[in-house]
Amino acid sequence: MFDLKDLYQEVIVDHNRRPRNFGALPDADRKLEGFNPLCGDRLTLYVKVAGDRIEDIRFDGTGCAISVASASLMTEAMKGKTLGEARKTFESFHEMVTARDGGGRGAALGKLAALAGVRDYPARVKCATLCWHTLHSLLHGGAAPVSTE
Amino acid sequence: MSAERSIHRTRPRPGLDAERVRADFPLLAQQVHGMPLAYLDNAATTQKPRQVIEEIERYYREYNANIHRGVHTLSMRATEAYERARSRAAQFINATSAQEIVFVRGTTEAINLVAQSWGRSRLQAGDEILISAMEHHSNIVPWQILCGQTGARLRVIPINDAGELIIEEYERMLGERTRLVAVGHISNALGTINPLDRIIELARQRGARTLIDGAQAAAHTRVDVQALGCDFYAFSGHKLYGPTGIGVLYGREALLEEMPPYQGGGDMIKVVTFERTEYNDLPYKFEAGTPHIAGGIGLGAAIDYVERLGLDEIAAYEQELLAYATEAARAIKGLRLIGTAAHKGAILSFVLEGIHPHDIGTILDHQGIAIRSGHHCAMPVMERFGVPATARASFAAYNTPVEVDRLIRGVEAVKKVFS
Ligand SMILES: Cc1ncc(COP(=O)(O)O)c(C=O)c1O
Repeated sequence: MFDLKDLYQEVIVDHNRRPRNFGALPDADRKLEGFNPLCGDRLTLYVKVAGDRIEDIRFDGTGCAISVASASLMTEAMKGKTLGEARKTFESFHEMVTARDGGGRGAALGKLAALAGVRDYPARVKCATLCWHTLHSLLHGGAAPVSTE
Repeated sequence: MSAERSIHRTRPRPGLDAERVRADFPLLAQQVHGMPLAYLDNAATTQKPRQVIEEIERYYREYNANIHRGVHTLSMRATEAYERARSRAAQFINATSAQEIVFVRGTTEAINLVAQSWGRSRLQAGDEILISAMEHHSNIVPWQILCGQTGARLRVIPINDAGELIIEEYERMLGERTRLVAVGHISNALGTINPLDRIIELARQRGARTLIDGAQAAAHTRVDVQALGCDFYAFSGHKLYGPTGIGVLYGREALLEEMPPYQGGGDMIKVVTFERTEYNDLPYKFEAGTPHIAGGIGLGAAIDYVERLGLDEIAAYEQELLAYATEAARAIKGLRLIGTAAHKGAILSFVLEGIHPHDIGTILDHQGIAIRSGHHCAMPVMERFGVPATARASFAAYNTPVEVDRLIRGVEAVKKVFS
């Protein structure tokens, strides 16, 4: 039996209650919507890129604790990162929450490792990855809203 | 022991014995996450009693054959069983004859059939179809498609804050251009039981046809299509303790007679030449191709099963469960019921302040409690109540007050995780 505490870790409960970098970014130079039509989770991601670097990143929207906490943690982790670093983190994160053994990436992901528990909840993986797919698409020039389906 | 626990002591009473019903459902005797399963997602689909499972197995083991076309013994046996199921379905909803029972995949296909056969051949630009604001997507989208094809207009009868259809608004919307009124019997998202007598009577006075989406009703209340006076009634086998992939479209014979076929193929014809085809009699005109024979037979067994329990007994028992659950839910701080109609089926839709329904669903699952969280294929209802989704517990004849207690304790546990 999986321990519920592995999913709803303190970090997640905290970031759900007080999401960081929450609210629109007025001088964003890119923004993109992500949508999970199955559960109605909806977020908008705002990014300001300076040269090769994510200078600022914020989000707003509604969703479950996993999706809000994941977006909050993501914005924290991505601020100041280069586009290359962002892509690498996206890949590691994806591996962590989908690979059977977690891809052994948890340790390298710092606070983001709090979301490793979703691996045991297949119905919830999309909640955790919605913000990441949205970021990935946004950084690759995507303009169409991202959907999990 | 508190007053709200008294339901345990007033049992057993004459009527339905849920513990005995449970014993018929092999699936219910399992553990999920180390806890006994409390299956409270019956509005999505019900579990199947062994009487249904065994009948389907018997068909495949003993008399599997194609129907309506063989002279051999197995084919005749299969045909007889399939047609017996049709007669049972006719009796079940008090249709005038078995010819009025068209077997389809489910409620969704039944509604699409009416839209494409009746609607497409009848409606013109400017005609109006009325639906309600609480409909399932399957009673919205087929009409939108039909409107796109014919230029007809889809209009939506509003609902009040309790989730009840506003009958005065409906009366005002009914007009000369109204050709069809299509509403649900019981709302899957809110539980509301619609006042069908009044709705149908008003429609008939204006000469409009009526279609009732009975997906959430057939297993929970007695349905009498002649007393209702509706033109079409649709329901699904899988929500009635029967198999998936089978359902019923009831249509008044005179109407079905006039309607063009829905699909072409085998079984729906009498004579085919390359110049001309003569269609088969009712209901076969609407049943092209080899049908879901095992499904039909399983549905017949499911109808036998609920008739044996008694629809009135089921309804009375489920109303008690609902009242018990509603009272307990109302006592939970931060819980808001979505759907508080005066007349409700045993569906409890709710949201918790600051906690998303998905998280409620996951945490309850951890305690072996299966509920549904999401928009319940009724996105306009979610919008009407200003929520992205709800958590929904929906009850059936095999659910018990003990399971309600577990649900309530489970919800308290959910709150603790986020406190
Ligand atoms: C009110 C209502 N209408 C229609 C349907 C569609 O039924 P089915 O998916 O069996 O075709 C459902 C089931 O989800 C329902 O609850």
